[in-house]
Amino acid sequence: MRKLLLGDEAIAQGALDAGLSGVYAYPGTPSTEITEYIQNSKLAAERNVHRRWCCNEKTAMEAALGMSFMGKRALVCMKHVGLNVCADPFVNSGMTGVNGGLVVLVADDPSMHSSQDEQDSRFYGKFAMIPTLEPSTQQEAYDMMEKAYELSEQVCLPVLMRVTTRMAHSRAVVEVKETPRAENELNYDAKASHWVLLPGNAIKRNITVTGQQAELEQRAVESEYNKYIDASDHSLGVIASGIAYNYLMECYPDGCPYPVLKISQYPMPKELIGRMTAECDAVLIAEEGQPFIEDLVRGVMPGNAVIKGRLTGELPRTGELSPDALKRALGVEVREGYDSCEDVAPRPPALCQGCGHRDVYTALNEVLKDYPNARVFGDIGCYTLGFMPPFKAIHSCVDMGASITMAKGASDAGQWPAVAIIGDSTFTHSGMTGLLDAINENANITVIISDNLTTGMTGGQDSAGTGKFEAICRGLGLPEEHLRVVVPLPKNMPEITQMLREEIEYRGTSVIIPRRECMQTLQRHLKQKKAQEAKK
Amino acid sequence: MKTDIILCGVGGQGILSIATVIGEAAMHENLYIKQAEVHGMSQRGGDVQSNLRISSNPISSDLIALGSADVIISMEPMEALRYLPFLNKEGWIITSSKPFVNIPNYPDVDKVMADLNKVKNVIILDIEQLAQDNGIARSANVILLGAAQKALGIEYEKLENAIRRVFGRKGDAVVDANLKALAIGKEAQR
Ligand SMILES: Cc1ncc(C[n+]2csc(CCOP(=O)(O)OP(=O)(O)O)c2C)c(N)n1
Ligand code: SF4
Repeated sequence: MRKLLLGDEAIAQGALDAGLSGVYAYPGTPSTEITEYIQNSKLAAERNVHRRWCCNEKTAMEAALGMSFMGKRALVCMKHVGLNVCADPFVNSGMTGVNGGLVVLVADDPSMHSSQDEQDSRFYGKFAMIPTLEPSTQQEAYDMMEKAYELSEQVCLPVLMRVTTRMAHSRAVVEVKETPRAENELNYDAKASHWVLLPGNAIKRNITVTGQQAELEQRAVESEYNKYIDASDHSLGVIASGIAYNYLMECYPDGCPYPVLKISQYPMPKELIGRMTAECDAVLIAEEGQPFIEDLVRGVMPGNAVIKGRLTGELPRTGELSPDALKRALGVEVREGYDSCEDVAPRPPALCQGCGHRDVYTALNEVLKDYPNARVFGDIGCYTLGFMPPFKAIHSCVDMGASITMAKGASDAGQWPAVAIIGDSTFTHSGMTGLLDAINENANITVIISDNLTTGMTGGQDSAGTGKFEAICRGLGLPEEHLRVVVPLPKNMPEITQMLREEIEYRGTSVIIPRRECMQTLQRHLKQKKAQEAKK
Repeated sequence: MKTDIILCGVGGQGILSIATVIGEAAMHENLYIKQAEVHGMSQRGGDVQSNLRISSNPISSDLIALGSADVIISMEPMEALRYLPFLNKEGWIITSSKPFVNIPNYPDVDKVMADLNKVKNVIILDIEQLAQDNGIARSANVILLGAAQKALGIEYEKLENAIRRVFGRKGDAVVDANLKALAIGKEAQR
């Protein structure tokens, strides 16, 4: 069967067809569509595959590991920075190993289309000593999922699959299986002590896993996804990984004149690289993300070959690659189009018209006119756009949850007023624990949980804490009189500004919850309601 | 055949529905397709674009190289200009004439029009007006598709059939409105 699928969708379909029993994920561009595809899949519904969103990447990773412990196949999906959040269970899942196949799918975002950094997840794969896959095409992404589960179960380790934005968000025709594989039966290894990472057990596991590395590398050398394509001109060889392979091939419609080594499975297949450095005068290394292969090749076996890449300037040091970046590196002529036009202004994204965050910032700015030294610690979500004009309202944005904890640290240092602004989904992702720290010391901070009843930035997914925020704050020990709720609308400006003033003046931890639904999900809900009524 | 297409506009203008129809037509012809989309941050009133490549031979890159696009289909005139370095010298711009002004420094509209008219092959249409006049307000973007038909190198009937397949689920009225839009666009081709 042929389907026109996004890379993300091909991955999801591949996992379902490989007998997936559960996907565990927190939304994050460019990985979100994988879980959404499974949520909309008929097969997943029939099989009751686990597909609800998790609170954050750490809870997702651990739940998936639990499913694997019981012998079933599980998938964890996240954007690259999510891997930082779940680094502890991720790295230690390399120590415990797995029972049912476990694939950790991480979508990197070079050029930072919608991210804080362009970290490269392949480093994490090496760090955790587990096999890593990096598809070049949507078809390969689909096919690899089944192979990844088989590999995971054969070597009893989780498998990291790394994609980048252009793979995740690009569509192509994919040939998919007619009949999906059955799910694994429930089973666990009653004798296995390696799941208990006490030093005594972990030391043994460490010896096993490090001992497995040679085999993992040999598998990479023999992998159908790592291809050495010889050619006559040995003045240069090109190593291209993942999506960079496509850009390379785009430069040479009639075939590359130089030997090409396509790498899509790690650990690094040193034998294949050794052949290239031995046979070619120079080697160009094209990889999407950071110079992961390049660094290792330079460090381990430079041989006599000259190594070129991102570290020597042939390719840009940062940002995404493109067909033109490869053309320049290879001395292939870049085609001339029209000159770029002066009458084009940048059009940055902005908060939607009518968005409740707008009213929150309007009120906050109004109040803070009287506190010129106030610092506002922002967080991650649509409301980060409050940095831009006309609001220019926040002074920091680092990682999910950092608003509350940074405000607390600033307050500890003597700052007042210290205001934190955080979204509802971000609060349940990583804000709750920080708020407990603040409440335990009655830190002098004002926390605004701007609740729009959804995870807005990533397209309006369910938010884990909806309906529970007051209870959560009370449960953490916040005094009732400093827990305030308001509807952010222009007509309520006097109420919101007064509330803000009072809580800033209060020398202790307070929480204000402005609550109004996101305009995008509101419109979607109205449409759905209309459609339902039309059906009746 | 091989056609490299850039679809562009402002977040929320519905460029992906044009891509869906082209993709459907291409898929039905067993052509190879690659379509890089933009999701996430840039959708909140920011600029959006999609690279759509269709070919009878396998396609390597998901992204279109500089100077290689055969067609730019734009829902907004200034956005069409943003991708000029990607347009090959014989390529076409098919664009809506109506500026979407949501930034304080939007350039002078006359200048934008003059820049567009400097391009060798360009079709500028007031698709919203045309759609309104014909009672198909919600199908304005398909007028652009009709106007791009020759430049795309896809037979007209094949686009019609693709529209029937893509919009069929939504009922005859929606299909008819989109077919009408396609026809209006076709008429506007030179
Ligand atoms: C660790 C991590 N995971 C996921 C993301 C992706 N992400 C950015 S903003 C956001 C949603 C924030 O939702 P919320 O806090 O409710 O704010 P809203 O966008 O609705 O205003 C997500 C999931 C991220 N940046 N970092
Ligand atoms: S998507 Fe929702 S939360 Fe985000 S800016 Fe728009 S209205 Fe606000």
